[in-house]
Amino acid sequence: MVARPAEIRWHPIFVRFAPVVVIVLALIAVWYVATVLMNLNLVRGAFERDDTPYTTGQLIAGTMSAERPLLPAPHQIVQTFADDVFGWPVTSPRSLVYHGWVTLSATFVGFLLGATFGIVLAVLIVHVRTLQKSLLPWIICSQMVPILAVAPIVIVVLGAIGLRGLLPKAIISAYLCFFPVVIGVVKGLTSPDPIQRDLMRTWSATPAQIFWKLRWPSAVPFLFTSLKVSITISLIGAIVAELPTGAQAGIGARLLAGSYYGQTIQIWAALVAASVLAVGLIGVVSLIERWVAQLMGARA
Amino acid sequence: MILRSAISLRAEGRNSASGPALATPLHVVEPMRAPDEPNHVTRPGALAVSAHGISLTFQTADGEVEALSNVDLDIAEGDFVSFIGPSGCGKTTLLRVIADLERPTAGTILINGVTSEQARVQRHYGYIFQAPALYPWRTIERNVMLPLEIMGFDAAERRKRVAQYLELVNLSGFERKYPWQLSGGMQQRASIARALSFEPALLLMDEPFGALDEIVRDHLNEQLLRLWNQTGKTVVFVTHSIPEAVFLSTKIVVMSPRPGRIIDVISCNFPRDRTLEIRETPEFLKIAQRVRSGLRSGHSYDE
Repeated sequence: MVARPAEIRWHPIFVRFAPVVVIVLALIAVWYVATVLMNLNLVRGAFERDDTPYTTGQLIAGTMSAERPLLPAPHQIVQTFADDVFGWPVTSPRSLVYHGWVTLSATFVGFLLGATFGIVLAVLIVHVRTLQKSLLPWIICSQMVPILAVAPIVIVVLGAIGLRGLLPKAIISAYLCFFPVVIGVVKGLTSPDPIQRDLMRTWSATPAQIFWKLRWPSAVPFLFTSLKVSITISLIGAIVAELPTGAQAGIGARLLAGSYYGQTIQIWAALVAASVLAVGLIGVVSLIERWVAQLMGARA
Repeated sequence: MILRSAISLRAEGRNSASGPALATPLHVVEPMRAPDEPNHVTRPGALAVSAHGISLTFQTADGEVEALSNVDLDIAEGDFVSFIGPSGCGKTTLLRVIADLERPTAGTILINGVTSEQARVQRHYGYIFQAPALYPWRTIERNVMLPLEIMGFDAAERRKRVAQYLELVNLSGFERKYPWQLSGGMQQRASIARALSFEPALLLMDEPFGALDEIVRDHLNEQLLRLWNQTGKTVVFVTHSIPEAVFLSTKIVVMSPRPGRIIDVISCNFPRDRTLEIRETPEFLKIAQRVRSGLRSGHSYDE
């Protein structure tokens, strides 16, 4: 019998999260170094203008507490983010929750419009041969248009016919997010293998039966992959739509106001809010995906 | 049930209209019967498949490929007919022509006395592919139910038949499993139950056990034979295994490639309730030998 050295057994939670934590800590460290380097001249200039003597320690501390730094330190962003989220009632225009909700509602409506439009287009493309050739190039072209250039036109045109507020933003968001859905669902609807289609033929199934009993269920996994891409694009679309339109509320408006007044910390806090929303949205879609996959008998 | 009788009426209507091509009363639309009654359709002399001068040329990028050349074939009802030959001899193509999955470029084909298209539309046959092709999002039970849903059977009838045919292929107890939870052999049995569920008179099987190991294959061959014996269906079976063909068939159709054609049709009259042991008898070996020499004369062994 050879005595084996006792193995070190890490706790499963540690095993699961340690790599993530290490990466995050490393990134934060890099960020602090960058903060010091980028804000150094700014802070030194301020000290020298006031003719106050300063130590290196004061200089470095100054880079992390500047009011309008080039690059805010992580703790400043977290502080401002927390203040903006929790410091005000959610109905106040100073609350990030309020702005987040404005953007989120446009995102939802845009995503629903875009996903529905994408699915309908995909079904048409798969079933009508002439559309496949005539429609797809236009769909691809539509995504090459710089949305920042088009957004004001869309807002003005829609405003002229009496559409204001949420809907124009939702339409711009939908315009950006339908594309992955079209591509994914076309791929999914054409994914059943020839044998599965031959089987339907031997049973002389109607086109509607082939669609609902074969093509659509085959497309569902592809649909969810597309939806996950699409919902983040939809959020970006809603934010972008707020930029050129002088929106008073929303994450985009917050970004714009921040850049007008040089409030870099506010910009970063708004960006954090956008990422939190994006993560949340993908999480929701992933949850629904997992639930649907379970209903459809996928391997656990 | 209502639907089936409507189909049979339609079939008769078409028959009487189709005139001289149907001099003999060939058509068979299964009569209505209680599901538990054994399904023996034995009408001696009636033809399940009658093909004349079938040719099929595929247009490919490298020019024309003659997949079938002037094929004549009659298959009597209740027969178990195997197509055997090397890859590219057109055996699968011929089966697909019978199923109306391919259209011949020349020749005529009648299935139970109607054209292959009518036979397909009226659901005269069940087709079993080399792969089970079960729909992965449906449980075994709902896979077997799928053709019944498509054909408009009511819910009670669907449930009854699913139970009946899953039992027939020894899959009772696996109703709620998904395909990936079953072995390859079990999946193929489920696909056979699916093909049987709407009770077609004709079973078309395209190398159904080709992807399975020999032990499972022997077992399924025995089960298939028992099923054929019980139900009296006509079976057309594509294979490239000589022992499989000889063991299963009442008739072996030997085919040869370039162009795909029939070389020999060999009768094989073992009792209907034969067992795997007959493979050691001299009669079995003699027929196997004849199949092999047929294949050789068709240059099937040439490179």
